[in-house]
Amino acid sequence: MSVDFGYRTAPLRLPWFSARLNVRLLVVSGVLFTLATGLALVSLPLGDFPLTLQEVLAALTGGGKRFHRTIVLEWRLPISLAALVFGALLGIGGAIFQSLTRNPLGSPDVIGFDAGAYTAVVITILVLGPGAWSVSTAALVGGIATAFVVYLLAYRGGVQGFRLIIVGIAVSWMLGSVNAYLITRAKIEDAMTVGFWNAGTITRVAWPTMVPALAVAAVIVLAAVLLAPALRRLELGDDSAVTLGTRPGPARLGLIVAGVATVAVVTAAAGPIAFVALAAPQLARRLTRSPGVSLLASAGMGAVLLTGSHLLSLLIAQAYRPVPVGLITVCLGGCYLIGLLIRETRGRYGALT
Amino acid sequence: MSAVTTGSALQAPSSLPGRRALGLVLILATLAVAALFSAAFGANPLSLGEVWRVLGHRDASEAAHVVWTIRLPRTLLGILVGAAFGVAGALIQAMTRNPLADPGILGVTAGAGFAVTLGVGFFSAATVGGYLWFAFIGAALATVLVYLIGSAGRGSASPVTLVLAGVALTAVLNGISTFLTLIDEETFRAVRNWGLGSIARTELDDTLTVAPFLAVGLLIALGLSGALNSIALGDDLAASLGTKVQRTRVLGIVAVTLLAGGATALTGGIGFVGLMVPHVVRWFTGPDQRWIMIYSALAAPALVLAADVLGRVIARPGEVEVGIVTAVIGAPVLIALVRRRTASGL
Repeated sequence: MSVDFGYRTAPLRLPWFSARLNVRLLVVSGVLFTLATGLALVSLPLGDFPLTLQEVLAALTGGGKRFHRTIVLEWRLPISLAALVFGALLGIGGAIFQSLTRNPLGSPDVIGFDAGAYTAVVITILVLGPGAWSVSTAALVGGIATAFVVYLLAYRGGVQGFRLIIVGIAVSWMLGSVNAYLITRAKIEDAMTVGFWNAGTITRVAWPTMVPALAVAAVIVLAAVLLAPALRRLELGDDSAVTLGTRPGPARLGLIVAGVATVAVVTAAAGPIAFVALAAPQLARRLTRSPGVSLLASAGMGAVLLTGSHLLSLLIAQAYRPVPVGLITVCLGGCYLIGLLIRETRGRYGALT
Repeated sequence: MSAVTTGSALQAPSSLPGRRALGLVLILATLAVAALFSAAFGANPLSLGEVWRVLGHRDASEAAHVVWTIRLPRTLLGILVGAAFGVAGALIQAMTRNPLADPGILGVTAGAGFAVTLGVGFFSAATVGGYLWFAFIGAALATVLVYLIGSAGRGSASPVTLVLAGVALTAVLNGISTFLTLIDEETFRAVRNWGLGSIARTELDDTLTVAPFLAVGLLIALGLSGALNSIALGDDLAASLGTKVQRTRVLGIVAVTLLAGGATALTGGIGFVGLMVPHVVRWFTGPDQRWIMIYSALAAPALVLAADVLGRVIARPGEVEVGIVTAVIGAPVLIALVRRRTASGL
């Protein structure tokens, strides 16, 4: 099948295999993943107990002091790994949603997922008390239910990006004020626990929570790889997708499930990490100069963003106070979004909505 | 809105003044009833007759004490901040030509809140008088920023762009505020109650401190409303009609800052009032900004007081803050606005 999706490709022919490779996309993605891994490595020596890079490398390869191995392998490695994997997952989820809604702003944090997850978590913590599993489950259920309600409310003979975004904002706002009400009625300790959860931090992550998250992440990545061609064809419109052999209904449902799952895993393990899903696909698209968002490059960019934010939060912690990584992504991502909007009103890029 | 007026103008040319009179009567009646209820309802409910009696004659009874020292100052505050948020909303909607604009949605309230959090955390501001200047600065910066985003292009920005800019701004500012409150429990304690949008805790003295600023803001807004009518036609046409476009916009930003900043310093921000009220009012007044401003200044206090009374009734013996009630009422209104068929072409 040869459809021109507008991507520049170079043919690769081997005796047993042939493909057309998008060289720029592959190179950019490779660079991004390398950079993300490098950032994750650099963040390992930083912390309350500073180590040198040599000590970290020794510990990673099984040598060094026993205490150093505990610090690096048991405490810091899962966190750095979480930054890498969660960032990539958020990039994939954002790319899926932005492609499906054909809108650079159709990201899960804009359409109410975070607010819903937060409301459910607030209620759970205030009623049942803090507990890792109940909080994670509540975040999942609340987030998915809210996203579903937003989608339904925005549905009117099809979902326009414009309507979806405003409905998402309205619902988020309403839930936000309900949350604020609940928090003021709570004990100050509970209220601050909830506040920390909502700030979004990966420093609580440890192997017992990371192993199941990694397993789910592997499934999601596999699903994304399998569904990527369908996503590309759906971008051409449903009719074209049908003629190319993709059934739009099942393909779209599978993509939505995969997209929701990415955000759900991250939110359950770390709380809401805002704006990575929003910014990563668009930044990656500008680097790869591709006409649509690409899952691979978005994953790489998401990983870079989150590992970079994690490193930044560690550096700020050394200089001043510990900052939850979610707050850093909110500030960076929010400023990015404002910049994007200014550029859009200047008319250099096509309309966002 | 133009569809409503042209439609009715075709069918019954004389209906607009009649509709305006009807609207004025309805709004004033609602405001009076809401104010009376606001004096009657609360943790210690009084009968309307009793309220009426002590209003006329301030005796030494407990009812008189409750009405005069607690409920009337609260009602006065509700009227003031209601008018401020309502007119600020109408003003922003007119200046940005954006029917989805509201000081809360566009991030002006968040700007004021962020500045107040800074004031509490770093400069030990503890009174409304101390909050006030921080709130003004924050509101002014946020208004200017949103306005710059809205006017960066050649034409006016689309409604969604402005709303999104407000959301992004709110997210960033709230993120930093959250950090400041989480590192310091005292700040957390002071700000978590303040940020809700309540008219229950403010002292009468504080209200009177801020009232002159709100009054100036209201006067500027009313004075601008004629110029805003021509700005609705587009900047070029407005200039050719003799309107000083730049001066109008600068004064408009000053008015929004005074109104939204001052009212936020007093209450912590009451969302969606500025969004809802001008839309309701327009049904009576048509698109003339002069009428919209005056009617908003009267209708918004009625909404705030009604929401406040509702908040006192539904959670007895406790209270739900008025800002939460207006958010729960206002979000569906926003959703309904974008679900309307015509809204897609906004």
